[in-house]
Amino acid sequence: MIELKHLCRDFGEGKLTIHAVNDVSLTIESGDVFGVIGFSGAGKSTLVRCINLLERPDSGTVLIDDVEMTALKSGELREARKKIGMIFQHFNLMPSRTVAENIAYPLKGSGLSRQERDEKVRELLKLVELEEKEKAYPSQLSGGQKQRVAIARALANDPKVLLCDEATSALDPQTTKQILKLLKTLNEKLGITIVLITHEMAVVKEICSHVAVMDHGSVVEQGDVYSVFANPKMQITRNFIRTTSNLHKMEELIEEGARIADLQPGELIIRLSYVERNVAEAVISQVSRRYNVDINILFANVEILQGSQLGGTVAIISGERADVTKAIEYFIEKNVEVEVLKDGRVSDPADA
Amino acid sequence: MEEFLIRLMPNAMKDLNILGKSIIETLQMTAWAGIISFVLGMVFGTALVVTRPGGIMQNRVIYQILDKIINILRSIPFIILLFCLLPLTRLISGTAIGVRGAIVPLVFGTTPFFSRQIEAALSGVDEGLIEAAQSMGNSSWEIVFRIYWRESIAAIARGTSITLINLVGLTAMAGAVGAGGLGNFAYIYGQQRNHMDDIYVTVVILVVLVMLIQLAGNLIVKHNTH
Ligand SMILES: Nc1ncnc2c1ncn2[C@@H]1O[C@H](COP(=O)(O)OP(=O)(O)O)[C@@H](O)[C@H]1O
Ligand SMILES: [Mg+2]
Repeated sequence: MIELKHLCRDFGEGKLTIHAVNDVSLTIESGDVFGVIGFSGAGKSTLVRCINLLERPDSGTVLIDDVEMTALKSGELREARKKIGMIFQHFNLMPSRTVAENIAYPLKGSGLSRQERDEKVRELLKLVELEEKEKAYPSQLSGGQKQRVAIARALANDPKVLLCDEATSALDPQTTKQILKLLKTLNEKLGITIVLITHEMAVVKEICSHVAVMDHGSVVEQGDVYSVFANPKMQITRNFIRTTSNLHKMEELIEEGARIADLQPGELIIRLSYVERNVAEAVISQVSRRYNVDINILFANVEILQGSQLGGTVAIISGERADVTKAIEYFIEKNVEVEVLKDGRVSDPADA
Repeated sequence: MEEFLIRLMPNAMKDLNILGKSIIETLQMTAWAGIISFVLGMVFGTALVVTRPGGIMQNRVIYQILDKIINILRSIPFIILLFCLLPLTRLISGTAIGVRGAIVPLVFGTTPFFSRQIEAALSGVDEGLIEAAQSMGNSSWEIVFRIYWRESIAAIARGTSITLINLVGLTAMAGAVGAGGLGNFAYIYGQQRNHMDDIYVTVVILVVLVMLIQLAGNLIVKHNTH
């Protein structure tokens, strides 16, 4: 278990002081995949570097499995770091060493014989599926392969924790998926705790079970991924969610006066968001039948997150005024969040 | 063949023994001063990189002192440095003439430049590698040996060949004021007796020497670039 208590880290002095990490407290359970998301400059890297004390916090404590990292002497700290693997956005492989030499790098001084070391390197290569690249140099590898080598190197001393600082940010989407899958596999197979820093919501969605949202040095929201996604409390979290769904394009379309947003009198554009677990029922057709309203789906974005549906639908609803009102009430009753994006009834002369 | 050479450079062929001795002296001066200033250059260059602001053993005092001394030494023309160092040379080497007398000023003339070359070479090491090594539990000394030095072998070789080539030039200058070697030969036997062929032979030999140094440097660079 990783416990961060009231961590603070400032840069600069006087008026120019930047509170890169500002009173952050987090608990990361063993075996968890924990995401920290935030925009560039939010303090994510500084926070993660505080975990292995590459960055020494100005105040606060870091505990890993009840060992107070912040209280260790430098020799003890170096030993402790061997049990905390770290991977980086730009891989940081040693260009003058082969893949095997890179992976063997942290094994020096570990007391293993040459043979045991070679054996360990082979094992790690197999784990990251790069056996045939043993003798290659980093410059001969693709980005995804480089990150696999970096992962193997980070795992050489059998760490309990793996810190990933934007580990997929330099990779294309497909390679990102492969690397995330590998990390997930390692998490399940080795039980290693993963702390993953990213500015991409898709990455959190893909493999994290818990997430903390960082903004200006502070953690503004945290929890299990589903709850945070389904019920974002802070605007910044909503902004992140928007980046991964098209449900919020409707506002733009309405603003632009797109034809899809043209309404007949009496019609409404609504956005339905599924924010509770287990809303798997076919609510839309139910409502349509029960209240005699037409629901014309413009677009939908529903996905499975941690085994539950998450997402929503943008639709045009039309019918008798009273029926529409009842239909909307029924949605709310069923724990579906309803937002009216455009109301065609206002311009209805009969209602005026 | 010999006849041809004698016709081409009559004086140089006559002074062949002295020429041979001069070549050896130049090689000795280059080798000794080169080795000593390489070691010192590695020490000071590395010290500059690790003690500079943000370095792994950040130390303002050491950095500032080294930086200033190197700048001062580099701004003194070698020929003046030679004269300045006469007393010190006598103290260290017991003599101020000959190969032994030349080593001290050559080391003083070369080390500051060498240190800057090493500093530049080590500065080319990606900061990310340092960070990765720290995250793997390396000590600062391990980072010096296993990252800074090991990962910049090619750049160090490049800086070393440039420095050695400079050094050859300095040995010639030292030679002209009594250190022996090819500079001395060209001056005493060539310039003073107006034997131009002696001077030309010296030039050819120096060019070959410089090319060999460059070649060796390039080989090491090639071998260590992946
Ligand atoms: N070594 C440093 N010196 C000065 N400022 C820094 C340093 N490291 C980070 N910062 C500042 O701290 C803030 C947070 O940086 P960082 O943790 O890298 O953010 P993120 O990883 O979320 O992009 C930024 O404003 C950055 O400029
Ligand atoms: Mg960062």
